[in-house]
Amino acid sequence: MSNDNWGLRESYTFDRNTIHEIQRAANTGIYRIRGWGAKRPLPTFDDLVFLGASASRYPLEGYRESCNTAVTLGTRYAKKPIELKIPITIAGMSFGSLSANAKEALGRGASEVGTSTTTGDGGMTPEERGHSTQLVYQYLPSRYGMNPDDLRKADAIEVVVGQGAKPGGGGMLLGQKITERVAEMRNLPEGIDQRSACRHPDWTGPDDLEIKIQELREITAWEKPIYVKVGAARPFYDTTLAVKAGADVVVVDGMQGGTAATQDVFIEHVGIPTLAAVREAVRALQELDMHRKVQLVIAGGIRSGADVAKALAMGADAVSIGTAALIAIGDNDPEYEEDYRKIGSAAGYYEDFQAGNDPAGITTQDPELAKRLDPVKGGQRLANYLRVLTLEAQTLARANGKSDVRNLEPEDMAALTVEAAAMAGVPLAGTGWIPGQNG
Amino acid sequence: MGANTHFDLEEVTVRQANQALQEAEAGSFSIANPKGAHALACGLDAPLEVTIDGHVGYYCAGMNKEADVRVDGNAGTGLAENMMSGRVHVTGNASQSAAATAHGGLLVIDGDASARCGISLKGADIVVKGNVGHMSAFMAQTGTLVVLGNAGDALGDSIYEARLYVRGEVASLGADCIEKDMGPEHHEQLRKLLDAAGCEGVETSEFRRYGSARKLYNFNVDNVDAY
Repeated sequence: MSNDNWGLRESYTFDRNTIHEIQRAANTGIYRIRGWGAKRPLPTFDDLVFLGASASRYPLEGYRESCNTAVTLGTRYAKKPIELKIPITIAGMSFGSLSANAKEALGRGASEVGTSTTTGDGGMTPEERGHSTQLVYQYLPSRYGMNPDDLRKADAIEVVVGQGAKPGGGGMLLGQKITERVAEMRNLPEGIDQRSACRHPDWTGPDDLEIKIQELREITAWEKPIYVKVGAARPFYDTTLAVKAGADVVVVDGMQGGTAATQDVFIEHVGIPTLAAVREAVRALQELDMHRKVQLVIAGGIRSGADVAKALAMGADAVSIGTAALIAIGDNDPEYEEDYRKIGSAAGYYEDFQAGNDPAGITTQDPELAKRLDPVKGGQRLANYLRVLTLEAQTLARANGKSDVRNLEPEDMAALTVEAAAMAGVPLAGTGWIPGQNG
Repeated sequence: MGANTHFDLEEVTVRQANQALQEAEAGSFSIANPKGAHALACGLDAPLEVTIDGHVGYYCAGMNKEADVRVDGNAGTGLAENMMSGRVHVTGNASQSAAATAHGGLLVIDGDASARCGISLKGADIVVKGNVGHMSAFMAQTGTLVVLGNAGDALGDSIYEARLYVRGEVASLGADCIEKDMGPEHHEQLRKLLDAAGCEGVETSEFRRYGSARKLYNFNVDNVDAY
């Protein structure tokens, strides 16, 4: 893509990607739909650093002293909370959007390291239930595939109010992915463009949600933790209302969170970055005196153990990963570079999850492509990746003198930019300044 | 639990009543003094006969399987939501989103149903002897809504393959919903539902049928004005 004529100057405002999008829009008359999450530069956890130990802080030995990573979700009301060995869960992704093999791989990988995975819009598949020791069942506006038997088979229930990639938007699964099995699970004709509703059909606000949660608890004998997932829009108020409605766990998904198929304009321009959402969600819990009583799960662009540790240090109890998990099982693998090129993409850039022709066999319902993903190997790769995230988070926690990753705190960090300092509520590095709090 | 078990909600909690009903394998039950309680008789999973004497709140008989639940009174939002099978009968009126996303079974409402009756319907049958409110059968996928009275605005908006039969006036049809011919199989299906709901003296010839034009099934820029 580069050119060697140094006399040519690319416009910052009209860069090549922008020009291409204008040309594409002019040729087709249809807005761009794609998968993945926000791709433009955003403030991230990279804008924070840990301070580590020093004369005033005592570190723990990296290879000797234990550093707990286990976390329990759902301690508020549920009789059977979720016990996770690591504070990293797998986010909701649907069968339909993903192949059955991909769902199985996610279940295998998560189970191997003692964490949970999550269903998606389209219901629970036997592959997923069978290979997930702890499975969170999403309760979505479309209610595709929703039935009380699966609800009772779940280990927790996640009421999805919104998603970071598209707060306020419904989902869609384009016709090429509505195969016979997907159509049957969703009670729809084959081959149509399936729209997932953006609003729940039988409740309209937080007061109704409280009653809906009561119904879900009644149907599942008050055993299962009830999560409420919101896209990062107004995290202070959304978290407050979720707690008021009776949630055991609040999941806040920032705008870097992925999607199977959404309008590009929605992905890039609605919602706030994950970094900005965490502090507001934690503040809501603290003001309600519910921090650690209602657990907070943060999602949206989590990539590394550093991201995990920083989210926990800001007050989250756990994080959730989606895009990173898909990459771990094989998404955007250079092994398929030639095939990516054939469909106008490239390994490292592929985002057309809506198209159904994923060379890696993950975001597809094509049986031949789906065969490319070995669910056992994919699961192993995911388990490896989750172990690395955990080891990295432990390393950072020990360096800050913490024997539990959740003992990390904002005081262990500094911000590298004024924006991050304001969003995260930690001082700008080298100063004691938190914009908006002390000047 | 045997036959004719009685619960008085002034003496037991909703949880206690629901637990007993959810654990029962058969029998008939009656519930007194519901006083608008929410989530009553939800999650039932056996061929029980349940009679509730009075008005109920939200999500009564939610996710019902096999049970026959009768409410002698009015019902709040989300009556029989996501019902899988069985039968739910309300002698009064029902609030919004009755039988939302219901997969199977029969819901009979003797009075009126409010807005969004049969929203996202996934296979159940609904017979409303009065009127239904606006946005009824919104995104209804499959199943049948029968309305003996009138239907409010935007009936069947964005409908998929559900069938709608209305005897009275339709204020307006929603996006991609059109009137369709009544063939012999439609008269036959409607007759069965009317009989099942106890609608005596009502002729199928009095109804009009509505369903999807199927023009919005796949995104097409030529339909942009409809989006």
